Amino acid sequence: MAKLKSVGELDALRKTITGKKDRKKTIITVCNGTGCQAFGSKSILAAFQEEVKKQKLASKVEVKAIGCPGFCERGTLVVIKPKDIFYQRVRPKDVPEILAETIGKGNVVNRLLYTDRATNQKVTNESDVPFYKRQMRLIIGNNGLIDPTVIDDYLAIGGYSALAKALKMTPEKIIDEVKKSGLRGRGGAGFPTGSKWESTRKAKGKIKYVICNADEGDPGAFMDRSLVEGNPHSVLEGMIIGAYAIGSHEGYIYIRNEYPLAVRNMTIALEQAEARGLLGKNILGSGFNFSVRIKRGGGAFVCGESTALMASLEGRVGEPRAKYIHTSEQGLWGRPSNLNNVETWANVPLIINKGAAWYSKIGTKNSKGTKIFALVGNIVNTGLVEVPMGTTLREIVYDIGGGIPKGRKFKAVQTGGPSGGMIPESLLDLPVDFDELTKAGSMMGSGGMIVMDEKTCMVDMARYYTTFLEGESCGKCLPCREGLRQMRYILDGITEGRGKKGDIELLEELCATLVDASLCQLGQSAPNPVMSSIRHFRKEYEAHIKDKKCPAGVCKMGRSK
Amino acid sequence: MSPKEQKARVKQVLEKHRHDKSQLVDVLQDIQAAIGYLPKDALQQASQGLDVPLSRVYSVATFFKAFSLTPRGRHVINVCMGTACHVRGSDKVLESIEKKLKVKRGGTTRDLKFTLETVNCVGACALGPMVIIGEDYHGEMTPEGIIPVLEQYK
Repeated sequence: MAKLKSVGELDALRKTITGKKDRKKTIITVCNGTGCQAFGSKSILAAFQEEVKKQKLASKVEVKAIGCPGFCERGTLVVIKPKDIFYQRVRPKDVPEILAETIGKGNVVNRLLYTDRATNQKVTNESDVPFYKRQMRLIIGNNGLIDPTVIDDYLAIGGYSALAKALKMTPEKIIDEVKKSGLRGRGGAGFPTGSKWESTRKAKGKIKYVICNADEGDPGAFMDRSLVEGNPHSVLEGMIIGAYAIGSHEGYIYIRNEYPLAVRNMTIALEQAEARGLLGKNILGSGFNFSVRIKRGGGAFVCGESTALMASLEGRVGEPRAKYIHTSEQGLWGRPSNLNNVETWANVPLIINKGAAWYSKIGTKNSKGTKIFALVGNIVNTGLVEVPMGTTLREIVYDIGGGIPKGRKFKAVQTGGPSGGMIPESLLDLPVDFDELTKAGSMMGSGGMIVMDEKTCMVDMARYYTTFLEGESCGKCLPCREGLRQMRYILDGITEGRGKKGDIELLEELCATLVDASLCQLGQSAPNPVMSSIRHFRKEYEAHIKDKKCPAGVCKMGRSK
Repeated sequence: MSPKEQKARVKQVLEKHRHDKSQLVDVLQDIQAAIGYLPKDALQQASQGLDVPLSRVYSVATFFKAFSLTPRGRHVINVCMGTACHVRGSDKVLESIEKKLKVKRGGTTRDLKFTLETVNCVGACALGPMVIIGEDYHGEMTPEGIIPVLEQYK
């Protein structure tokens, strides 16, 4: 792989790559994300490759492992291009039939097609699947087009053109563009990205860091995993642009250890970008230097918090500190540091390429662009869903998610991970953006959306989240460490039939203390599941306490521990 | 592994990270990958090699979930306890494994065959409840269905 020494060379290479493509060649894409790998996509890939070799089809057919397009429920996903035939729930035994029928004779294998539940019709083309059709897949859509381990695939779809454009802009102009776009941090807090970059740029100090937070700890959220696995270069390109704008020459990507495939694909991406001269010294001949290192997390939820993450990067225990001084001034090693989440970085190339004016047309007044949600739990179509900000919960759950399986009734949707809240049926028409979710007592968080049906007990869910957070509390400050433990005791009591009068009030009091007195966001937002479930489902608590009954039939009342 | 061999492995890891203090978490991750867990001697060697007090090495080793101070089984079982798996009944799957192997979560069977652990989401939520054994993902598990899966592992 030759180093590219200028933007011109990059454009020339892109032309060569796209020019070489044989447009008549059939491409069989197989999703190779963690979800589909769990369904056995590796053996499907191997079977395709072996059959293609055996039947000497290599000149006509290319087999490609792609990133996760998001429709995990129907894995393993196979798409035959350019005809766009969409096969779902493919198993290794289906491979010979697909090759013989679809590749050999041009017939569609009916039983592998997706059935639209609303109309009971078979859908042949990927672009017609309702799950995809109602989305706006600006960020995640590219996962399905490329092999994440091949940089040329990313270049072929216009990759690194935003970087080329940015290198000709002044850093101030880039920051201005990101500010104008209205992009807000996708990691949870929703802080305006452009302002964050500006304060890091203006902060005193020669050495500055940009960091990518890929420590996706929210259970039930996996959009960051899928982006790092499925399109690592888009995240990297965003980081390089950010580093250039901020004036940083060193970057870190902090990836969860539980995501081995993400670590592997990002490592390959770094190597290839460096070999192409898109990373390292004198990027594209611009004189700008930037290098990136990967750090694996140690499996601590609190390390998603910025100061805890930086402590962990320094090789210390992942404990947060009070943020009287922002990390944009004193972060990693006490130097100005800019931390953004994976999805935020992945939005940057889009903004630079298409412009702030275009980007800010998408979304609501104060939340711009799209957001990827992980739709999971008691839902027909589990998967990743990218929609413009302001889409209602009802559209996401019913139109895209396909509603609740087994004919059961919807009860609540939990957004924002363990620190978010539960949203009841009465609020289903809520337009989802940063501010509306906060108003409803929940939050955007990283974008996990857990759907719960009538058989889910809200008190049990509150206990589940509290137990989770108790285990993940770092133990540095008392309100979080002891408060969560006491809350869990009370919730254990209620769910085991030992609830007393006054328990709800005591919980509310503890919640208020945690919100006011905890050191970091983990403790401050930890009461959200309890508070929101009391607010919207108080009757369920009362049934447990007064009648010693679990209306959903989940809690084993009277069981002692 | 003999003490001598263990020492050599730790030395290799320390050299790979150029005895850089800031690499403590990575060093411990690599030692665990090489030896299977973090024995006391290895922690001491890391402390000296990186010039970091043993107390700090110990605090990092006990803070992060990825580290184990006791020997682990040949096959590490991770039961996903993420929300999506929880809603679909992962705690019952965990109970079933605990009963079958006669160990509690965090424990290792006497014959060092299995270590039973839990994980908070691996991001394969469409297949919950999810159980990961070594590098194999077993999706849509039930309390009954997990038993034959366990028996596959020798």
